[in-house]
Amino acid sequence: MSANAMLATRPDFAAIAAWIPQGASVLDLGCGDGSLLQYLKSERAVRGYGVEISDAGIVACIQNGVNVIQNDLDSGLSDFESNSFDYVILSQTLQATRHTEPLIQEMLRVGREGIVSFPNFGYWKNRRDVLFGNMPVSKELPYQWYDTPNVHLCTFHDFEDLCAVLKVQILERRVMTGDSEIKALPNLLGSMAAYRFQRGL
Amino acid sequence: MGSSVGIVSAQCAQFDSPLLFKSGAVLPRYELMYETYGTLNAARSNAILICHALSGHHHVAGYYAKEPENIGWWDNMVGPGKPIDTDKFFVVGLNNLGGCHGSTGPGSNDPATGKPYGSSFPVITVEDWVESQARLADLLGIRQFAAVVGGSLGGMQALQWSLAYPDRVRHVLAIASAPRLTAQNIAFNDVARNAILTDPDFHGGDFYAHGVVPTRGLRLARMLGHITYLSDNAMADKFGRELRTEKFNYGFDVEFEIESYLRYQGDKFAAYFDANTYLLMTKALDYFDPAYDLNGDLNKAFAAARANYLVVSFTTDWRFSPERSREIVRPLLHNHRNVSYAEITSAHGHDSFLMPDEHYLGVMNAYLDKVHRECVA
Repeated sequence: MSANAMLATRPDFAAIAAWIPQGASVLDLGCGDGSLLQYLKSERAVRGYGVEISDAGIVACIQNGVNVIQNDLDSGLSDFESNSFDYVILSQTLQATRHTEPLIQEMLRVGREGIVSFPNFGYWKNRRDVLFGNMPVSKELPYQWYDTPNVHLCTFHDFEDLCAVLKVQILERRVMTGDSEIKALPNLLGSMAAYRFQRGL
Repeated sequence: MGSSVGIVSAQCAQFDSPLLFKSGAVLPRYELMYETYGTLNAARSNAILICHALSGHHHVAGYYAKEPENIGWWDNMVGPGKPIDTDKFFVVGLNNLGGCHGSTGPGSNDPATGKPYGSSFPVITVEDWVESQARLADLLGIRQFAAVVGGSLGGMQALQWSLAYPDRVRHVLAIASAPRLTAQNIAFNDVARNAILTDPDFHGGDFYAHGVVPTRGLRLARMLGHITYLSDNAMADKFGRELRTEKFNYGFDVEFEIESYLRYQGDKFAAYFDANTYLLMTKALDYFDPAYDLNGDLNKAFAAARANYLVVSFTTDWRFSPERSREIVRPLLHNHRNVSYAEITSAHGHDSFLMPDEHYLGVMNAYLDKVHRECVA
């Protein structure tokens, strides 16, 4: 896939890439087919590894020339040493992790900084769907309630509250709907966001 | 997927320069049996070495003109259109030194005495094997392997290649392997060795002169090994509590199907495998530990590595469990090597690495495609 085609399907990639300096070391959790790492390799010359649980993802990563370690994120990151990466990324996967809280802490044990992107359950269209009586189904939340892997959906407020509890310091946030950046009323008007964070003091 | 490489024939390479073993022993001259498939390209960049496990040999793929039923032990992996594609790669399989399939081993005649080496054959290590394999590579004009591939004990050789000759191997594929054995694994090997060593027909390793073979010991060793190569579930599925007879006989003869199967496997193995080779192979497994001289620190052991790695394990393999494969992955991550790790869901235990599982072959295929693209580039 070309870099442009990738950005069209995953607008959060550009936001994430913008935060990553040339030559950084990156661990991408729940890396799927490795397209983010492939993008970061071509755009930022990163040295990186992906972690993925699905068999199809493993094969796709290898085909894409991306290092990938088959592992269940919910069993932790014990294969990875402390402070061994500049960035640990969890893109569009947070909401599908079971042990979300320890995973965020693991991210900041292994990485100097963490980056997460996730869909905003507080986005107005999602609120509208629930108001009218149905679970939202959208581009960001493409599943039915009965087949969704998303067990920990949250709003931006919720995530930021958790960061405060975990003493995680948010360094930057980029809120988007589609590929446009949202500045005003983000928790209402933004369909997804990417956060960059580090261990708080 | 793919087809057979077809009719193949074994070749014998002779080495007249002495090989110094890690133990200090010296073998003045030796022979290695090997087979090759495919064509070495002009750049000599497409060679793949296949290292065998405990009971393997040089006949990796294809069949012999005079023995069409004698198909290579990894024929589902190696051949035209298969993951180790003989249309793309020049594949080398050999019988390791100390083996019993034609390479110089305990059953070969020692030119110095005119009698089989027997107990005088040096105890061999993975390091020694890699040294002898490097000499075979020299003979074949292969300066650098595109990949060295092995399962189980073969995986240890592949790893050792990247430590002993970092610039002579671009990719290592270590399947169902371990960086070193655990106490439990050594214990299994020791019981197997004891079965052989205590067989009265063993004669301290020099049974050849007595015209006997320690069949009972070898059979027991193989039966024990076989149990550890299968998973509990695979055994339950295949045999369950099925009886060969209609009812219990209240005796000690073979009654359960699993007993019959194990004895059959044991007999089959004891009929062709050399007892001394079995001892040597299990000892090579036990001794292998690249961090032995480094206070056990695998991170340091792999610091010299320059290769790229694919590490594969199987969920039901308890002899070389996924955790052992992760012990390979961790020092590679520590040393910033390119490494991918696949944990294949398979029911067949340690033997899975020889089985044609779709996902397993898919992973191998994807990785070796990449290896091949680099050969051409």
